[in-house]
Amino acid sequence: MNSFTLTQATAADEAVRDLTSHDGAAYLGGGTNLVDLMKYNLERPSHLTSLGMLPLADITGLPDGGLRLGALATNADTAWHPEVEKRYPLLSQTILAGATPQLRNAATNGGNLNQRTRCYYFYDLAAPCNKREPGTGCSALTGPNRVCGVLGTSDSCIATQPSDMCVALAALEAVVRVQGPDGERTIKFQDYHRLPGDQPEKDNTLKPGELVTAIDLPAEGYADHFVYLKLRDRSSYAFALVSVAVGLKMNGDTIEKARFALGGVAHKPWRDQAAEQLLEGQKPSPDLFRQVAAKVFAEAKGYGEGSLHNSFKIELGKRAIVRALKQATEMQYEVNPNAFLNSNP
Amino acid sequence: MSQTIATPPTVRLDTDVIGRPVSRPEGPAKVSGAAKYAAEFSVTGPLWYGYIVSSPIAKGKITKIYADEVLAIPGVQQVFSHENVPSLAWFDRSYKDQVAPGGSPFRPLHEPEIQFSQQPVAMVVAETFELARYAASVLRIEYDVDEFNTDLKAAASKSFDAPKGKTGFLPPPKPKGDMDAAYADAPHKVSGEYTHRAQMANPMEMFGTTIDWLGDGKKMKIYDKTQGAPNVQQYLTKIFGLSKEEARIISRFTGGGFGAGLRPQYQVFMAVLAALELEHSIRVVMDRSQMFSMGHRPHTIQNLRLAADDKGHLQALEHTALAETSQFEEETETVVNWSGIMYNSPNSKFDYQLTRIDVNTPADMRAPGAATGSFAIESAIDEMAYAAGVDPLDFRLLNYTYEDPTENKPFSSKRLDACYHEGAARFGWEQRTPEPRSMRDGNMLVGWGMAAGCWDASTQKAAAKAILHADGTLVVNSATNDQGAGTYVIMTQVAAQTLGLPMAQVKFNLGDTEFPEAPIQGGSWTANSVGTAVQNACQEVGKKLLKLAQDMDDSPLKGVDFEDVQFANGCLRANEDVSRSVAITDILAASGEAKIEADGKAGPNPANLLKYSMHSHNAVFVEVKVDEDLGTVHVTRVVDAVAAGRILNPKTARSQVLGGVVWGISMALMEEAYLNNDLGRYVNHNYAEYHIPVNADIKKIDVIFVEEEDHIASAIGVKGVGEVGMLGVAAAICNAVYHATGKRVRELPLTIDKLL
Amino acid sequence: MSLHFTQEALDKTPPTIVPTQPVTLNVNGEDHTIQIAPWTSLLDALREYMDLTGTKKGCDHGQCGACTVLVDGKRINSCLALATVYQGKQIQTIEGLGSEDNLSPLQQAFVDHDAFQCGYCTPGQICSAQGLINEGRCKTEDEVREHLSGNLCRCGAYTNILSAVMEVLHDGQVVVDNGTLVTIPAQPSASSSVN
Repeated sequence: MNSFTLTQATAADEAVRDLTSHDGAAYLGGGTNLVDLMKYNLERPSHLTSLGMLPLADITGLPDGGLRLGALATNADTAWHPEVEKRYPLLSQTILAGATPQLRNAATNGGNLNQRTRCYYFYDLAAPCNKREPGTGCSALTGPNRVCGVLGTSDSCIATQPSDMCVALAALEAVVRVQGPDGERTIKFQDYHRLPGDQPEKDNTLKPGELVTAIDLPAEGYADHFVYLKLRDRSSYAFALVSVAVGLKMNGDTIEKARFALGGVAHKPWRDQAAEQLLEGQKPSPDLFRQVAAKVFAEAKGYGEGSLHNSFKIELGKRAIVRALKQATEMQYEVNPNAFLNSNP
Repeated sequence: MSQTIATPPTVRLDTDVIGRPVSRPEGPAKVSGAAKYAAEFSVTGPLWYGYIVSSPIAKGKITKIYADEVLAIPGVQQVFSHENVPSLAWFDRSYKDQVAPGGSPFRPLHEPEIQFSQQPVAMVVAETFELARYAASVLRIEYDVDEFNTDLKAAASKSFDAPKGKTGFLPPPKPKGDMDAAYADAPHKVSGEYTHRAQMANPMEMFGTTIDWLGDGKKMKIYDKTQGAPNVQQYLTKIFGLSKEEARIISRFTGGGFGAGLRPQYQVFMAVLAALELEHSIRVVMDRSQMFSMGHRPHTIQNLRLAADDKGHLQALEHTALAETSQFEEETETVVNWSGIMYNSPNSKFDYQLTRIDVNTPADMRAPGAATGSFAIESAIDEMAYAAGVDPLDFRLLNYTYEDPTENKPFSSKRLDACYHEGAARFGWEQRTPEPRSMRDGNMLVGWGMAAGCWDASTQKAAAKAILHADGTLVVNSATNDQGAGTYVIMTQVAAQTLGLPMAQVKFNLGDTEFPEAPIQGGSWTANSVGTAVQNACQEVGKKLLKLAQDMDDSPLKGVDFEDVQFANGCLRANEDVSRSVAITDILAASGEAKIEADGKAGPNPANLLKYSMHSHNAVFVEVKVDEDLGTVHVTRVVDAVAAGRILNPKTARSQVLGGVVWGISMALMEEAYLNNDLGRYVNHNYAEYHIPVNADIKKIDVIFVEEEDHIASAIGVKGVGEVGMLGVAAAICNAVYHATGKRVRELPLTIDKLL
Repeated sequence: MSLHFTQEALDKTPPTIVPTQPVTLNVNGEDHTIQIAPWTSLLDALREYMDLTGTKKGCDHGQCGACTVLVDGKRINSCLALATVYQGKQIQTIEGLGSEDNLSPLQQAFVDHDAFQCGYCTPGQICSAQGLINEGRCKTEDEVREHLSGNLCRCGAYTNILSAVMEVLHDGQVVVDNGTLVTIPAQPSASSSVN
């Protein structure tokens, strides 16, 4: 970890000013990702603008029936907020499937969006990595890459976005509110994170100095038919190998509206709108689900065979989609605020 | 009408504490944060910090270290590397610790050559931890890189017979009969290759050393994380030319070791180097990624061939293994022998080979060799039982042996049969339907599998000192270790019962080289060895007490032999007539002595070693639930039945076995250090991606200790429980997964992808 | 043939070290003023500057939970917290839950159930379990297992840890009434209710 100065900002515009007035500065939220990265010497900011005192921790209703999640609300407070549990149980369950109680108590919603992608080589200074040092090459293309992606990859990077929460936010079609030197703007969730392409050093579409202030959820929360299925190497406290967040609106036995996203397979939460459309207006069936799963992974590319390599994620991802859709359609949801444990196998 | 009722035959005495489930005396210190581990001790003056820099390459040579740039940072005190290490001991033997394998031990900072990735290449010393860490991150080092190979299979053609010489290593048993002919002729046969890759001990406490520079010549208090303070002291005194007074090693608490702390680790070398050169107190702690640089359970490929007749009697048994070692040492484990010890086959063949790759020397890790071997043989036995159409438990009973076929000696005790029967009964094995895929719970496939294991019960040389004070408090000291095994509590129990004192009056101290020497804590030998030494020391005190008691005026014990007295409830009294009793404090008061001291020793019994094969045994029964579509495996129930001789403390012994089961689950389903052969480096060197179980992975575990006492294996009847509980667990899980799914997985860990 | 590899310094600019400042932390009800720079973690502040070594360092990266402390009643990983931004908060460590001579009910239950072996993860396990109890969300064994999964135990004491926590959880600290939890008052939450 390098040496740095630190300012505690008390308002968003003050934070933006503070950050832009220092070279090599970064925003500090809960610190659960940034401090980790700094200890691995992967981030070396010379100044931190601490956001802990910003009044952005509220969760409030929106006029259109949606819900605004303050960027500084912790993941735990968000997951256990009564309105989130009641109206957006998919989000609640997904947050609780990620990390640990300790991390969720410190990690903020804004920080969750901005956590860096995961890859063994990004985290190891001894290994070439285009994301860390553009142009040095990608060690994951041929080396062990179990944690890496199979969708939307490029020859320069196959890292995966590790957030669980973001998978649900993608399925829920959230909108990210940001404030920067040039004022405020909103970013659709599916446009917030980016694919690596030939610029893997960039994880998201934030412009320099921009600060996430809130995440807006639309009114539809899919509280009657949802599931977050997370497959991982142990029962808890592990990154997803593959995860699926599904929200469905059913009309009788017909799927009226379908939204789903995948985690653990790409540089961003993976949504396939064409695949979602295959479901809409249809009656649930194993064949339909398999068709949808095949569509999602039609362009997938695996990077080697065996346990250490990730080609298995293509088959696993398909099976996870089929299972998640089945569970979501069959679900008879009862309002039970204590039913926060997801049904992870 | 009155009737005389006989006195109940056994009235247990309050001080009869051996065998009772008493809590650990150090427990309150551990749960309140008062227990001090190596990196937590205060020193007399200011403390400096060392931060280790590790090699990013697997093989080559350091060509330049830009130390000046770092030394220019205010507060940085020194940069140590091969360039400025003073002249130290010359010969390899000075660097050989008690459990070093053959070869030339690694010498930290000795030369510019790099022999393995993450080899320590430098250490920055600074006035704060943060500054040392920062300075280490800006130290520029240049290397010339050589070609290397870290792939075991690529090096297999250069394999060689594992050399003898390492403490505890047994060469493969001699062949019997005609293995190949018997295998060819038998009606039922199986063969398979079983593999696991490198695994890391990864104890929770990272290796660290705090040195208190006492300002009196070279005298130091060295607080070190180790499983054996005397081993560290011998290592350091030989290398640095120090006296034992100058290098006192203290390790009161050890935050897990599991083998990683058997050999002195490089941070203690570097801390002592810095303290001597700078004449200053220092603390050096590895970081978690560096914990992946210090030896690992070796990647091993095992091949088994078994054949049986129509009744299920084994006719042929072949077990061979190929394991990795480093370029500079020959780490050896006892891997293939267990098959021969467990199962009697008229025709058998064994082989154990090593091959060199460019990694650090592998190390003993919990149940070294046996965890490896039992996974393979116990999987293969399951396959054999299925091929012969015999229930896996019946097959093991059919091929049960009452003597050790590898040495043609009887076992000193063997109640594996009781483990099988009691374990099976508790588990409900008879409810099992044998066909694969025949048991279900809703959408989940259910599998029941079993396996067994054995571990050698050995006694090492150990010593202890007992000091009984006039106020009736007893202090017992031994330089042994407690990495969590329960040494504190069982030694307190042994001492308390031997002298008939309440446990609250007994204080057992360990982890200090000022105490009588004891072996490193490993091999499940602490209870046997140190326990016997403690008992002997206390008995010697007892003999002195009897003499003093007999010197008292009007002593009720005049003329009574030591064999005819007992120590109970704070008194010394005659067996024949317990009313002939004197309080221990009264004896001391009458004698005028402030204290009575005595030494006790223990060691292997050569006569017994010649006559008997001594082993602990276990049988494991496992239930798994498998989601076949998604490839997930959950271990929902485990019964581990253990025959380990006398159980000194069923509470802490149970914890040892519970931990062993968790280790077995971990080995079966999760653990693997991912080796990138292009980089020559493990790449998941952190707790986020090197998976060990979390609480949610562990469901019901039932531990059974079958009744057993073995006074041949050790004077106090103990065989040791540290390793045996883990054995067979990985195989039982794989066997259960086969029963659930019909899929045989022979490569660990059994991750989701292997069942898709 | 040999390649050249340089382990580069990680900063292009010459090193500058930010000076230390007095920082006041309220730990276990007492104010402690220490002299540190922003780069000191709460964990190192406790262990290296305040001699409160009950809080353990098992990975220093938020991957093991040994460093768990309670901040305003909530459990966090102190290794990923920069000490300076925790001024003004109520920090509780294992030393603040009870002492060797006066153990808290959880600490006593850990001793009674032998819920540890080496003891190194134990303070973190206990602080985490205290946080779990404060949250008032868990009542079944499976819930407790899941919500204690942020604390690794390499000795494998999980079975006994669960028993110890369940004992305390159901001994008056949390009352299960008609299937819902009646529990100690929740800690003040950062979230406000919906307008």
